[in-house]
Amino acid sequence: MYKLTGVTKDYPKGRATVHALRGVDLEIQDGEWLAIQGPTGHGKSTLLQIIGGLDRATSGTVDFDGRDLTKLRETQMTKLRATSVGFIFQTFNLIPTLSAQENVETALVPLGVSDRTRRARAVEALSSLGLGDRLRHLPGELSGGQQQRVAIARALVKEPKVLLADEPTGNLDEDTRDEIIGVLEKLWQEKGLTMVIVTHDSTVARRAQRLGTMRNGKITVKQRV
Amino acid sequence: MFFTYLWRELRRRMRQAIFIAIGLALGIGLVITVTAASAGVKNAQASVLHSLYGVGTDITVTKAPTASSSSSGGFGFGFTQGIGSGSRPKSGTKIDDNTLTSDVTLASISSSDVTGIAGLQDVAAAAGGLTLTDRTTTGTVPAINFNNTGGGGGFGGGGGGTGGSGGSGNPSSFRADFNINSFTVNGVDIANGELGPLSTGKISSGRTFSTADDSSDVALVDASYATTNKLKVGGTIAIGDSKSKATNFKIIGIVSEPAGDNPADVYIPLGVAQTLADLKNDVNTIYVAATSGQDINSLASTISKDVPGSTVTDENTLASEVTGSLSSAATLVNNLGKWLAIAVLVAAFLLASLLTMSAVTRRIREFGTLKALGWKTSRIVGQVMGESIAVGIVGGILGVGLGFGGAALVDKFSGTLTADLASGVTGSATPGGARFFGGGGGGGFGGGEGGFPGGGTTSGTNPFRGGFTNAARAADTAVVHLNATVTISAVVAAVVLAVLGGLIAGTFGGWRAARLRPADALSKVA
Repeated sequence: MYKLTGVTKDYPKGRATVHALRGVDLEIQDGEWLAIQGPTGHGKSTLLQIIGGLDRATSGTVDFDGRDLTKLRETQMTKLRATSVGFIFQTFNLIPTLSAQENVETALVPLGVSDRTRRARAVEALSSLGLGDRLRHLPGELSGGQQQRVAIARALVKEPKVLLADEPTGNLDEDTRDEIIGVLEKLWQEKGLTMVIVTHDSTVARRAQRLGTMRNGKITVKQRV
Repeated sequence: MFFTYLWRELRRRMRQAIFIAIGLALGIGLVITVTAASAGVKNAQASVLHSLYGVGTDITVTKAPTASSSSSGGFGFGFTQGIGSGSRPKSGTKIDDNTLTSDVTLASISSSDVTGIAGLQDVAAAAGGLTLTDRTTTGTVPAINFNNTGGGGGFGGGGGGTGGSGGSGNPSSFRADFNINSFTVNGVDIANGELGPLSTGKISSGRTFSTADDSSDVALVDASYATTNKLKVGGTIAIGDSKSKATNFKIIGIVSEPAGDNPADVYIPLGVAQTLADLKNDVNTIYVAATSGQDINSLASTISKDVPGSTVTDENTLASEVTGSLSSAATLVNNLGKWLAIAVLVAAFLLASLLTMSAVTRRIREFGTLKALGWKTSRIVGQVMGESIAVGIVGGILGVGLGFGGAALVDKFSGTLTADLASGVTGSATPGGARFFGGGGGGGFGGGEGGFPGGGTTSGTNPFRGGFTNAARAADTAVVHLNATVTISAVVAAVVLAVLGGLIAGTFGGWRAARLRPADALSKVA
């Protein structure tokens, strides 16, 4: 699915230039679950943004299903994010004024589906994650675990090819963390998703098929036994 | 989703939205109030100016009397009875004199100039008018005991601008007792009745002139003059001529002029007026309607060249001569009010823009998340703009309400305004309204040392104007009520301004949102 070759990412910070990625070579297969660990500021999130089409590499190629993301126009990148990539964030990033159902619906807005279909799919996604009775609740009325499940429903309702998660359990207690990881693992297995999770949590990382470690902008990947 | 999101977002930051809306409302309310007040002042000005001009008149043309022509303005009641120059009237002589003369403040203009002006490009219509004064003097010449041999003495009529040269008689030795009545007469061009002095009037009883009246001895009488003198439709009024011979005119209608007007007392057909005043083929005011308001300046310039020596007056010229509270109100509205409204509006726009940008900044993660979900930048910008425009519309609605309230307050507390027409302004500069001002000419009844001291009484609704002396009279004052009217166009403009305010704020906010990198959403948590 993904083939990254010699990917670098530089960005200015004041007068200095930060070399966030220094030649990353990485392949991710269809249906694979890759966990990425590493110290803060060593490029984990930058790598996730580049493979998710949220940012562009300074050099190198990012091949996604035969398309080089570095060469796509902005509109194409937007479409790619809308159709093929699901994101989960550490702080959930739910729209605070919208209900759980409406938050999930926001992922379907760019796809142009009808209102009725949009609502039905959102309800279905939330119900499958055990939130059928929380459809009209605002994020502020939900627990952390429930909010992250809403975020997961939002990421998956459009049936993406790949799910990218940046510290999905970073704001959760241990029990909730285990619950969320259980949900993700189940979805990965059932839907055949390709999943890339950036995490500091070794418990989470151990559940992945492969474990990558970012250090000084470079990645080393180990196949878990 | 658009409206749901919009409504929820506005509800979330309700205070800020209300704050912005109130700011816009204040600005828009002020704009509407000022616009309404301005319209009211304009209407009041137009009312005053039209009363001078006549509705539909854009330009008036007059001529100031020259030194030589001004002598004609004087009068002496004894001329036709042999009591004037050269010989003194015998005591006991009955005086009954009714003279119709041209307004001394206006010189004659040839009727051919009316035709010439009517033929000019950009002229829709032109009409001549003749402003005249009818004076009736009645009484008996008293016994006069002159105790010197000074020449002349007695009636010093016929004087020019400097007054008549009377003799050196002893004025203390006799006392005259005369009644002098005077009223103004306007000769009206019936064929062009839509222009000129009658155009603002409404017939309160009887009828107006018809073309059949062109050479008839018929008259319209001003309502207030008719009331004072108990004149009615079907009655008659005596009007003199240049030879002091009176003719009875049948009153066919009573005409009411609007508030603020200073009408003539009697209107008669122009042709008849010209004959009576011995001014055939002459007028003393030309009323001109331009084909377009934009042509007035160039037209005035053309007429000035085509009619040498004329004073061409348009509404702006005349408006500049109006002082008093109306003028103050106009200045207040046009200067302070306008700039205050603009300042508040600009401040409201800036406030709305800054607060919207601030709100967008606080929502960086939210918009970044939406971009990560595949929302197009244009959709996010549209969402921001939609929110701003919604606030703008609410502000606009509030502003329209405030505007109506403000206009009502202006209406209630402005009361009446006065328009003072300054004294000392030469009558010729005030078309139609020449009757308002003391003129340069004027006769010298009793003028000069040793002249007839007068002692007569003046009656009638109008005092002598420009007749007895050359002194400038006290300023004339027209009283008008300020009606601050909110027009549909002002409301539409307010809504447009409100939407514009929302658009401006939304543009700034949208610009801020459009510049967001989607990666910002993730970088917040990296």
